[in-house]
Amino acid sequence: MRYWKTAIGLVLTGVMLFPVYWMINVSFTRDTDMRKSPPSWFPVNGTLEGYRAVLDQQLPYLGVSLVVGLGTVALTLLVSAPAAYSLAKLRPRGGGVLGFVLLIAQMIPGIIMAMGFYAIFLSTGVLNTIPGLIVADSTLAVPFAVLIFTAFMSGIPEELLQAARTDGAGTFRTFWSIVLPVSRNSIITVSLFAFLWAWSDFVFASTLDQGGDHQPITLGIYHYIGNNNQQWNAIMATAVIASIPATILLIIAQRYVAAGVTAGAVKD
Amino acid sequence: MAARTRSGQWAAWAFLAPVAVYLLVFYAYPLYRNVELSLRNYTVRSFVQGDAPFTGFANYIKIFGDATFGPALWHTVVFTVVSLAFQFGIGLALAVFFSRNFRLSATLRALFLVPWLLPLIVSASTWSWMLNSDSGVINVVLGAFGIDPVNWLTSPDWSLWSVTIANIWIGIPFNLVVLYSGLQGISPAIYEAAALDGAGGWQRFWKVTFPLLRPVSAITLLLGLVYTLKVFDLIWIMTKGGPSGSSTTFATWSYRLGFGNLVPSFGPGAAVGNLLIVMALIFGLIYIRVQRRQAHT
Repeated sequence: MRYWKTAIGLVLTGVMLFPVYWMINVSFTRDTDMRKSPPSWFPVNGTLEGYRAVLDQQLPYLGVSLVVGLGTVALTLLVSAPAAYSLAKLRPRGGGVLGFVLLIAQMIPGIIMAMGFYAIFLSTGVLNTIPGLIVADSTLAVPFAVLIFTAFMSGIPEELLQAARTDGAGTFRTFWSIVLPVSRNSIITVSLFAFLWAWSDFVFASTLDQGGDHQPITLGIYHYIGNNNQQWNAIMATAVIASIPATILLIIAQRYVAAGVTAGAVKD
Repeated sequence: MAARTRSGQWAAWAFLAPVAVYLLVFYAYPLYRNVELSLRNYTVRSFVQGDAPFTGFANYIKIFGDATFGPALWHTVVFTVVSLAFQFGIGLALAVFFSRNFRLSATLRALFLVPWLLPLIVSASTWSWMLNSDSGVINVVLGAFGIDPVNWLTSPDWSLWSVTIANIWIGIPFNLVVLYSGLQGISPAIYEAAALDGAGGWQRFWKVTFPLLRPVSAITLLLGLVYTLKVFDLIWIMTKGGPSGSSTTFATWSYRLGFGNLVPSFGPGAAVGNLLIVMALIFGLIYIRVQRRQAHT
């Protein structure tokens, strides 16, 4: 009796994930079978041509994305963790206003930020550089990060901080050796999302790094679609590779991911 | 609790300083530049030299009078409303389904997150190929039911629906996860009481679940609205807003004006962008209000 629900669940999941399966299937399909009708539902005469093309052409793009992703994580943590500590525990004057500004900042469409950044980057010469892209991508994560950290750090018991203070630790020491280690889970959540958003970013890459020597994987795929409309196995193979970070995230950090999705919406 | 002493305030603001500077330099300044762009008549040359003449609201008047304005507004509304309705409806149905714990339910629920986590370029290009007129799998499946092939991405009648379908797919996980966590907050005792009073499954949903879920639903929809207004990548990658503007929304219009042509018109592009900000902020402020009110009760 209980199994039919599992069966329905499996069917629903199958329908929902069909596009993902199809991406994988097409990535193994031979060029000659690509426009076959009906298409092969399974990669029976599979080929690795697509993946070979990825190795030949897309590795630099993947490297750039990795660097940009890690840089974004570092910048995001650096800016947001101290701020959250202050908002959660140090009661700064005007902290409420800052929290409100962060909520608003989260809602500004990326495409509009991109236009402003373009004007600034052009005049300062940061256009088409990796640091420029890291800065722009971090704007996707910083407001979210401060809100998550603040929610988490507010829950750290006051006695813990009081004990550190009694032992003679200053505000910075307390932050560094008590608050940060205790906040490990929220640091993981924030880092995961910051990395994923930077890795997935297309808006900033296509506006601020269009003419760059070092372009991220999202642009790699985009050029692929534009240039060779025929090699869909290579395009889909690149897409599969570009999905790996998201997959790893989901496998190793499932509960953090769910927590991150919910945190923005439900918790105050 | 740290007292509000002068030294305490110094320390507090020392920790806040990085983010405050960050917000000023990387949020406020780009937004200011954007407003400035929209109020001047920029060309490529004056963009570099920075001596564009001030033209007041000329760019705004221009876009209001543009033939793209009406359709873009309509497409934005249709795209947003249809996306939200289906994302929320399907997400809620799935949340209710998954809240009856069954074997594998946690694993399957986690798998549902995949579409939300994939880079948009991945989802968009996968959907593009699935919706391909000649070789796309969607038309093959429709053909099995005797339905003629649809020119999903190349027909002006269908392009907006195609990007909306893809966007619904991407948005379902968010709705599922948030609504599921909302359902977890409803005490089982209430259901038991309703069941004792003879309420059937359907009645329990409409009389108990739905009303109690209203606060979370409001939050989900408002946040979804703000997110959906922003959607640009998906549409741009799948259709570039075409064919002949049939899937152009404010977000893609703004991009096309600023970056999509050989001769960029930054002024009007920024003006469209600022309209989009105003729309997002209106709903964003409503969202914050609703959330604050809920936190107080």
